[in-house]
Amino acid sequence: MRHFVFIALKHILARKRQSFVSLLGIVIGVAFFLAISALMQGSQNDFIARLIDNSPHITIYDEFREAEKQPVEEMFPDTVIELRSLKPQTESRGIRGYRQIVDYLKSLDGVKASASLTGQAIFSFAGRDVNISLNGMIPQDMRDITTIDDNMVEGSLEALIANRNGIVVGAELMRRQSLSLGDNITLSASSGQVKTYKIVGVFRTGRADYDKSQAFLDIKRVQALMNRSNRANAIIVKMERPERAREVAALIESRIRYKSVSWQESSEDLMSTLAIRNMIMYSVVSAVLIVAAFGIYNIISTIVMEKHRDIAILKSMGYRSRDIKFIFLVQGVLLGACGVLLGLPVGCLLMYGLMQITFNPPGATEPIHMPVDWGVEQFLIAGAFAFFAALFASYLPARKAADVLPIDILRGGQ
Amino acid sequence: MEALIRAENLTRILNGDVDVTLVSGASLQVSAGEFVSITGPSGSGKSSLLYLLGLLDKPTSGKLYVAGQDTLSLDEAGLAKIRLENMGFVFQFHFLLPEFTVLENVMMPMKRLGNLTDRQAREKGVSLLSDMGIADQADKLPRKLSGGQCQRVAIARALANDPAIILADEPTGNLDSASSKVVQGILQKLAHDHGRAVIVVTHDMDFAATADRKIRLVDGKISSDRLSI
Ligand SMILES: Nc1ncnc2c1ncn2[C@@H]1O[C@H](COP(=O)(O)OP(=O)(O)OP(=O)(O)O)[C@@H](O)[C@H]1O
Ligand SMILES: [Mg+2]
Repeated sequence: MRHFVFIALKHILARKRQSFVSLLGIVIGVAFFLAISALMQGSQNDFIARLIDNSPHITIYDEFREAEKQPVEEMFPDTVIELRSLKPQTESRGIRGYRQIVDYLKSLDGVKASASLTGQAIFSFAGRDVNISLNGMIPQDMRDITTIDDNMVEGSLEALIANRNGIVVGAELMRRQSLSLGDNITLSASSGQVKTYKIVGVFRTGRADYDKSQAFLDIKRVQALMNRSNRANAIIVKMERPERAREVAALIESRIRYKSVSWQESSEDLMSTLAIRNMIMYSVVSAVLIVAAFGIYNIISTIVMEKHRDIAILKSMGYRSRDIKFIFLVQGVLLGACGVLLGLPVGCLLMYGLMQITFNPPGATEPIHMPVDWGVEQFLIAGAFAFFAALFASYLPARKAADVLPIDILRGGQ
Repeated sequence: MEALIRAENLTRILNGDVDVTLVSGASLQVSAGEFVSITGPSGSGKSSLLYLLGLLDKPTSGKLYVAGQDTLSLDEAGLAKIRLENMGFVFQFHFLLPEFTVLENVMMPMKRLGNLTDRQAREKGVSLLSDMGIADQADKLPRKLSGGQCQRVAIARALANDPAIILADEPTGNLDSASSKVVQGILQKLAHDHGRAVIVVTHDMDFAATADRKIRLVDGKISSDRLSI
């Protein structure tokens, strides 16, 4: 066994330049595989983290997922009944008993909840109408269930508690409409109500669209503006462990029957986009490694070709076909293993280099660093893939070597 | 005593566009201590017969027993095992492995057999080389040696696992007359002093004349098989 490795090593070392080139191929392949997959994974993690941060973990809506069970179905439980035009009911009056529901949610472990009423209003200024989404919440709860507080650039959320007529708007709206803190703005709603609010805070999330269209204010103000006093059309839940949102949402829905949507559910299409993106990425970086594996295939094929005589003589002295196969497989394994061992550190250097790059993604207002994930899975996947590619690349010529018949060589060689 | 090699009616036909009969109905027995030469015109099937006896080729028909084993029932690994333990080959060309030193070349069969430690194998290799008179070349690469020296290394390698049978195909074919004499002497001694069965294919009539027993092949058939007196 050790002897076979010795023979394999001699074969490789007898062709230093060629071996070095094919080794380099694997090193570069592994490094790129690692760096690109770390970057993709990093940006995905970053993306999901933002998604989790910036959206409610669970949103409870004032509607039902399924139509209510009809009395006729309860009367004949074992029959097939077709009821046409049966639709899930929408509660036009908002969520019934939302205060009790909020209290119940707050009693759950690691869960924060607040009722909210959202609606649209129009802000007219200098002859132009701007549509604004109003987020009415209980001011004391806002910090717990939104990330707006982290993004305040002027004024504060607390001002909403002090000034019941206050409103917090985005920096982009401020800029476009040349507003400044303390200004009054007048909003009109489809209910016909028109009311004036005082700007007490400004936030900037970095997403221009959000920063120009969202506004936060006391739920009571929104209720008044919408003519929907004492109503809430959504309950927003934030959790300490957002990854459990799906099961908790299911639990809540089974208890209160209102449609409860976890962040996972509401971003399912995004998740499948990410999965497709990962697949594309892995096929591209795998291609790099497959090209590198061709390098290994090439050198080992060459060695096998040149070594037909030596193989014949080894067999004549009693080496079995499988010994010969093993010798050439070991050559692939040696090149693959060295390539992985050198490629991973080189990949780390690449990853480190990528981390130094900053860029401005569209829609963001501040430059961000390239997100690179240092998770151990990328290292394992890159290493294992390269190793097995090298093994497979040497398997084909090794099998050829094993099939060499000494008699053919001896007959021809004399 | 049981013969080391017993061939009965060995025939080897090469199937192609035209079938070629390499060896036809050869029967012979070779025992320990015998020094046998095989001669015949070029193309008469000497090498082909030797490859059959050396289990490097399979007969089309006939029977072949080596060291008491029926070789026709063995698979590739089984045949390799018999070669490893019982046979040593010397060819016209030395076939030394170019990347390995002379000593490493001699150790190749021992390492495959694996019943010596590295140190024992080294010592045995050096002693085989000194029997051939080239112990001082042990750490050189084969390309630094003369043809006669290489052929002696090849003989040392053939003897590495103390095989009972030594098969040589024109071992002196590429050598000058002085080196030929040395190699002849070594092979003769192996049979007479060490009790090996030695079978040598040769064109060299002087060499053939020194054998105890001479087999002559014509057109793949054994035309004569007689002891020297
Ligand atoms: N692969 C092959 N295809 C066709 N014919 C072959 C093949 N190998 C050998 N032969 C023929 O088989 C016959 C026996 O060949 P072999 O090499 O055994 O002869 P030989 O007695 O060793 O000859 P030499 O003294 O020249 O070495 C020859 O006629 C040769 O041409
Ligand atoms: Mg011949």
